[in-house]
Amino acid sequence: MEEANIMPQTALEVCRNEKCRGKGLSMGRKIYDRGLRGLVWLCAGLTCTLLVFLIGYIFYRGLPNLSLEFLTTQESLLKGTMGILPAIQNTLYVVGVTLVIALPLGVGAAVYLTEYASNRRLVTTIEFATETLSGIPSILYALVGYLAFSKTLGLGYSLLAASLTLAMMNLPTIIRTTQESLKTVPQGYREGALGLGSGKWHMIRTIVLPGSIDGIVTGCILSVGRIVGESAVLLYVGGMDGTMNNFFASLDKFAHSSGATLTVQLYVFAKERAMMDPAFAVAVVLLVLTFLINLAAKVVGKRLRQR
Amino acid sequence: MKKLTCLGLSIVMALSLLAGCGSNTTTSDDGQNNAGGASNTASTSENKQPDLSGVVNTNGSTSMESVVKILGEAFHEANPEVEVKYSGSGSGAGVTSAIDGTADLGLASRELTAEEQEQGAVAHVVALDGVAIVVNPENGVEELTVEQIAQIFTGEITNWKELGGEDMEIAVYGREAGSGTRGAFEEILDIEDATKYLNEYSSTGDVIGNVASNPAAIGYASLSAVGDTVKAVKVDGVECSEATVQDGSYAIQRPFIMITKDGTQLSQVAQAFLDFAMSEDAAQLIIQAGAVPPVA
Amino acid sequence: MKRAQKINPLEAGMHGLFFLCGFVAVAFVLVITVYLVISGLPAIREIGPVNFLLGTTWDSKNKTNPQYGILPFILTSIYGTAGAIVVGVPIGFLTAVFLAKVAPPKVAAVIRPAVDLLAGIPSVVYGMVGMVVLLPAIRELFQLRAGDTLLAAILVLAVMILPSIISVSETALRSVPREYEEASLALGATEIETYFRVTVPAAKSGVAAAVVLGVGRAIGEAMAIMMVAGNAPNMPGLFKSVKFLTTAVASEMSYASDGTLHKMALFSIGLVLFIFIMMINVVLNAILKGEKE
Repeated sequence: MEEANIMPQTALEVCRNEKCRGKGLSMGRKIYDRGLRGLVWLCAGLTCTLLVFLIGYIFYRGLPNLSLEFLTTQESLLKGTMGILPAIQNTLYVVGVTLVIALPLGVGAAVYLTEYASNRRLVTTIEFATETLSGIPSILYALVGYLAFSKTLGLGYSLLAASLTLAMMNLPTIIRTTQESLKTVPQGYREGALGLGSGKWHMIRTIVLPGSIDGIVTGCILSVGRIVGESAVLLYVGGMDGTMNNFFASLDKFAHSSGATLTVQLYVFAKERAMMDPAFAVAVVLLVLTFLINLAAKVVGKRLRQR
Repeated sequence: MKKLTCLGLSIVMALSLLAGCGSNTTTSDDGQNNAGGASNTASTSENKQPDLSGVVNTNGSTSMESVVKILGEAFHEANPEVEVKYSGSGSGAGVTSAIDGTADLGLASRELTAEEQEQGAVAHVVALDGVAIVVNPENGVEELTVEQIAQIFTGEITNWKELGGEDMEIAVYGREAGSGTRGAFEEILDIEDATKYLNEYSSTGDVIGNVASNPAAIGYASLSAVGDTVKAVKVDGVECSEATVQDGSYAIQRPFIMITKDGTQLSQVAQAFLDFAMSEDAAQLIIQAGAVPPVA
Repeated sequence: MKRAQKINPLEAGMHGLFFLCGFVAVAFVLVITVYLVISGLPAIREIGPVNFLLGTTWDSKNKTNPQYGILPFILTSIYGTAGAIVVGVPIGFLTAVFLAKVAPPKVAAVIRPAVDLLAGIPSVVYGMVGMVVLLPAIRELFQLRAGDTLLAAILVLAVMILPSIISVSETALRSVPREYEEASLALGATEIETYFRVTVPAAKSGVAAAVVLGVGRAIGEAMAIMMVAGNAPNMPGLFKSVKFLTTAVASEMSYASDGTLHKMALFSIGLVLFIFIMMINVVLNAILKGEKE
């Protein structure tokens, strides 16, 4: 639109370039046009203002309280210092354990749906189940996680129980993204491999899975985003302690350790203890993490689309 | 396939980073052998017991946060392989989690009810605490009688000017139904089932935060959590302090208890931590946390 | 699969393994349903479905005469969700029109990732900002005793559903064939008239899906609104402290003692919420299926 000398190509551009825009319209139509245009700009402006305010406010309140010590130590009441390293550690644990459980299951399910399943009804059932899982709110997952893992399996308040619950919750995301990228692997590749006498599993392992790695990675990134942002399940099943864990010291500690992730730590600071300064500092960390996760998803997504 | 291996490897690396994080804080790496021999751990926690290893999950009263955390931190320093975990979810939850076994030790800031004792809950008193009646620092009212407090919380007095303050409607803040502070407060004032709260908050800090931000508010909170952001009023002329709680002159007080289940064997580490919390070594720490040790 | 192949044990094993993975999702849904139904039904039976669903008093800790009526929670959830939709959908929808049609491409390219960021921000962060900014503002503005109100929850929810409404409506608006717009413009309609009278009606099922998605998200949110709604079990009112279905479960689940009617009633609330969500899913699926055809 900057270059007016180029001949307009479409009706839309004609309309936009028209010098006499709005001329010759009746009063009513003019009001309709201008009014709605104004409203659209207003709402977009409102959304942007909101966003800028949110991010600006969180950084304004949080940055002054963020320090290297805050990120690399744990809180000590004896010394009177504050730190969120345990929350970072717990978040990593939950992300790791959840993915280790959900990834094979999700990828396996997606492979079954696209490569093996021949029974239409079974596929519909599984897909319906996946959609149902993705629609259930996290507070219900918290309820079921508490009943199934903390009580029935006897794991109590622990990050392991929380990770198992989160694995249930993230399964649909991984299944969906993997399925989508499996579909991008050209059918000819499969037929070629099978035609050359390769077994089905061999074909999947050497042709299909490597070809869909980007989708699997996208699924992982989206899940990481969801896990990092989740709070209800972690609060009610994972506990809210703020001290360091030593997960790998023994099986007991791996299964039994409880603690707060970053979101839970934020909730505890803000709501339980009315300590807003460290809460905003955690919010800054979460915002930066969210931004990085979105960025990573975008980069991988772009690679996927290029193929 | 290579990419898949890469992915696997990076997950493994992330996990080992996690392991690295964990072991940074502990000093020895060989403390995994849970030797069954050391059963006499009571009050000897001054001497290091390198073979004591494990996790103690505690859950319950939010009023007990500072007490439990400070005890846990000291216990962890004495026994680096033991991690004491605290989750603040309210006294009711503390009792529940001790009975159903989701936590090793339950925490409650009130006495156990007969019903709870029937279910097998056993109380171990670790400290005493006052329930401070807190108002906004801007509020001119300095002193209330027990009677007046009861009238405020049951909705008979609704304006600060009736108490000599400004003409403001009183915003009565309380705790959620499972709170030990609420249980103790209502029981002592004999206003159970009669209270009229404007809002109910789920933790001690939440009440304090909201009273601090609202000039018309009144609430109650653990003495050990009261700081500069709110003002504790005198009750019947007695200031709420460690000394007045200890000598019994402050009317609204209750115990901090740790709860176990009758007939259930505590894990070795949980037993050791409970013994430590009840020992005389813990008294100084409890004072530091703002509460009052039961034996003095 | 049609021809009888030589059965290779590895192949058969992998087939079985993949089948198991596929079945896990179904198993999870079954586990969730079974747990919720088994733990949710006893209290409804004991209290009576009418008293439970239509009772207006929730007084779970009353020692002499506990009441378990969840009508206040149901109505609060409905009002809260409706309020969030009323506030959030117009703003989100018009922003989507802006991004898909009106905005200069460069502006849209800046705003779109920003909206994605908004979608990724954890709900507790929204709750906290609401607590710190919104509550005092509402208290001052309306001269209330406390700012923790249904209004605060509605505003927080409206902001939280904004990103999903924007992105789903934008996708729907973009997928309308260009020719429709060209035809309308060529007939002399203005740009805005074309968007609102041609593009939007053509994308209406997508926009409807966005609204239903927003409803689902709003009705299921717990943590953020727990931080701003005050959590007293009142019948809903814009300036009253209220409890939602989700926050009733969230705020009382941990302390209700096991085996009591109170705890079982909370599971029943979970079951009611689950039924609500399933109904929304069915509606959403119907809309999406309608769109495909």
